[in-house]
Amino acid sequence: MRYNNISGAEAITLALIAENVDIVFGYPGGANLPIYDSFYNHGEKISHILLRHEQGAVHAAEGYAEASGKVGVCMATSGPGATNLLTGIADAMLDSVPIVCITGQVNSEDLGYDAFQETDVVGFSMPVTKWNYQITTADEIAETIAKAFYIARSGRPGPVLLDITKNAQLSIIKEFEYHQCTKIANYHPKWKPIVDKIDTAAALLNNAERPFMVVGHGALISKCRDEVRTLAEKLNIPVGCTLKGLTAFSSDSPLFAGMVGLHGNYAANMMTNECDVLLAVGMRFADRVTGNVKKYAPKAKIIHIDIDFAELNKVKRAYVPINADAKSALKLINERITPKENPKWVEKIAFYRQTELEKIINHDLDPNAEELRMGRVVDAVSSRLPMGAVCVTDVGQNQMAAARYFRHTVSDCLITSGGLGTMGFALPAAIGAANAIQGCNIVAFMGDGGFQMTMEELGAIMQYRLPIKVIILNNKYLGMIRQLQDLYYKGHDYFKELQNPDFVKIAAAYDIPARRVTTQSELNQAVEDMLTTPGPFLIEAQVEKNTNIYPVIKTGGSAGDQVFELPKNQE
Amino acid sequence: MKKKYTFLIYTENHIGLLNRISIIFTRHKVNVETLNTSSCVHEGLHSFVITIISTLEQAKHLAKCIEKQVEVAKVFLYREDQIISQCLALYKIAVDSKDTLRRIKSLVDTWNVRIFEQEEEFVVLEKTGTQANLEMFLKNNLRDFDVREFIQSARIIVTKPMGKLQDVLARRDEAEERE
Ligand SMILES: Cc1ncc(C[n+]2csc(CCOP(=O)(O)OP(=O)(O)O)c2C)c(N)n1
Repeated sequence: MRYNNISGAEAITLALIAENVDIVFGYPGGANLPIYDSFYNHGEKISHILLRHEQGAVHAAEGYAEASGKVGVCMATSGPGATNLLTGIADAMLDSVPIVCITGQVNSEDLGYDAFQETDVVGFSMPVTKWNYQITTADEIAETIAKAFYIARSGRPGPVLLDITKNAQLSIIKEFEYHQCTKIANYHPKWKPIVDKIDTAAALLNNAERPFMVVGHGALISKCRDEVRTLAEKLNIPVGCTLKGLTAFSSDSPLFAGMVGLHGNYAANMMTNECDVLLAVGMRFADRVTGNVKKYAPKAKIIHIDIDFAELNKVKRAYVPINADAKSALKLINERITPKENPKWVEKIAFYRQTELEKIINHDLDPNAEELRMGRVVDAVSSRLPMGAVCVTDVGQNQMAAARYFRHTVSDCLITSGGLGTMGFALPAAIGAANAIQGCNIVAFMGDGGFQMTMEELGAIMQYRLPIKVIILNNKYLGMIRQLQDLYYKGHDYFKELQNPDFVKIAAAYDIPARRVTTQSELNQAVEDMLTTPGPFLIEAQVEKNTNIYPVIKTGGSAGDQVFELPKNQE
Repeated sequence: MKKKYTFLIYTENHIGLLNRISIIFTRHKVNVETLNTSSCVHEGLHSFVITIISTLEQAKHLAKCIEKQVEVAKVFLYREDQIISQCLALYKIAVDSKDTLRRIKSLVDTWNVRIFEQEEEFVVLEKTGTQANLEMFLKNNLRDFDVREFIQSARIIVTKPMGKLQDVLARRDEAEERE
């Protein structure tokens, strides 16, 4: 691609088009208007979704990236526009989401002199970006944008920020040529698995009596669902998924032990505790997964596959650390294993599941309970959705309910804020997802607290008629906080009940059909209406106020210390 | 147990990289004892020498965090016994009489220092040595002088192992999985 005498802004647009970007989520301001002006001339190739806040734009870019597997792009102006992006950039960093954020910046000669809306974007985004760079001359645009996209999507993906001064956007480039980047001298995103390590791993798995596999987000990024399934089925290995790894393995498989971690499933946690070989695929032993690391998987030899060498031995020492792309490593391991039955060990899944059913799940899903419960709402929606749905969650009890009770399968997509746990994530992330894939159901579960953090994005949903089904699980509390106060702070519900607005009226103000439901039959009818109504829809489900999410790992404990109820007022 | 560890970091020479590296230490709340940046014998690369006090485990973790940065070519981590290190110090001493000057000059022969600059009102002494050495010299030997300024450079090091960076980088290129 070659052009003569074009402006820097035009070059940015052409570079984005060359990177197959057809949509940008953003918000304008003085420092990025030249870029918007150039978008104006390329409307057929590149569209723009105007969010109502820059935080919305960056979460939308994340949602888009997670749903499409492509790099998400967002744009903001300098100063407050840029600072508003920060939460989402940090979110993308912790969850390895490939996004490119473009911020406008004051003229290069004004840098450092407190010009209007000047902030040191490169400085403050450094700790939360995989890479960032300030472009101050138009000539740098082609090479830098190419580099940005390559870095964002390669190896362990992550956010990249480009800060582009206004003079660079406005000045003229004599000859503009664009080539996608495929290699950077000192950057090595992916390693070949070392065969010796693969041999050792395979031997360990072949000889294991109680093997267990924990699959994380990395497995999804590496697109190795098939390899995971093959390995699990050949050796009859029970599989647990991390929150971000749900959908890497189907929840209807008899080998699925559930979600691991704090509020995960009992079988997955107990089997972590009992296994003799633990194969960790694309996961990072986050504290919400391990609890007390010292007590985590105490009987297991750990095989850890991760594309990021800094994750190996970071939290948990691996007996066999494998620095490689999960797909490449699993392919090689699969070539080296001998099929094996392991009925006694596998039966434990059903045994533990039965315990959890009796203690928790039956209660959470009880259709005869007087009041609605989060689990029932999630189940009522999930059970009516065809395969291939996108489930988006916010943070708090609603997130755990959606993770636990949505019937995740490998053809679904779960979009949730894992590492940063960002309230307000769901609504804008769903907007990104709705722009990434058409024709499938996008449901976004959120709490009444989290909804109010970014509810201005109903404006974008209205304007672009995005078919997002919003489900507010309204317990009239910051539920997860109330739970923590109930269990650990002598029940001091310092924040009391929330005084909430009328969510149905708010939806109406945005021209979005909505229902408020308080009973099972109202819920069923509303879900029916929601799924048969084209376009956006909102359900406010009023759910039990004072329920806690169980099971839970005891404070100071690990996977083996998950309990179905905690005595209140612990330290 | 906490000990002194030194990172030898080969990087591209870019604006902002120093910040990218230093915030990694800040984030882990590790104090940088000394830091030196310099060109090196490897074309296109630049080197940072950073010394910290930490546990080996943390030092290894920090090395990986640094090596992960896009523009960092390679990080080596060394114990004290694996390096040869040196600092440079300058001491500016006021000269008010011939006798002072004579006394200063007498230090030169015994203490391996040299007169780097001599002006009418002052003399600048230059001495190389370890950090401790250079500070001791100030405290013990210059005690009776009017020392107006004392400045010490960061530690610079050469390493004892004889491996070649090029070989390390070449092996790594080979180990890379290309799309
Ligand atoms: C931006 C942000 N602020 C604060 C928190 C801490 N936090 C975690 S869960 C939670 C309560 C969420 O309440 P709500 O959205 O009503 O959801 P619920 O737990 O009731 O499902 C809070 C405040 C957070 N995760 N993110």
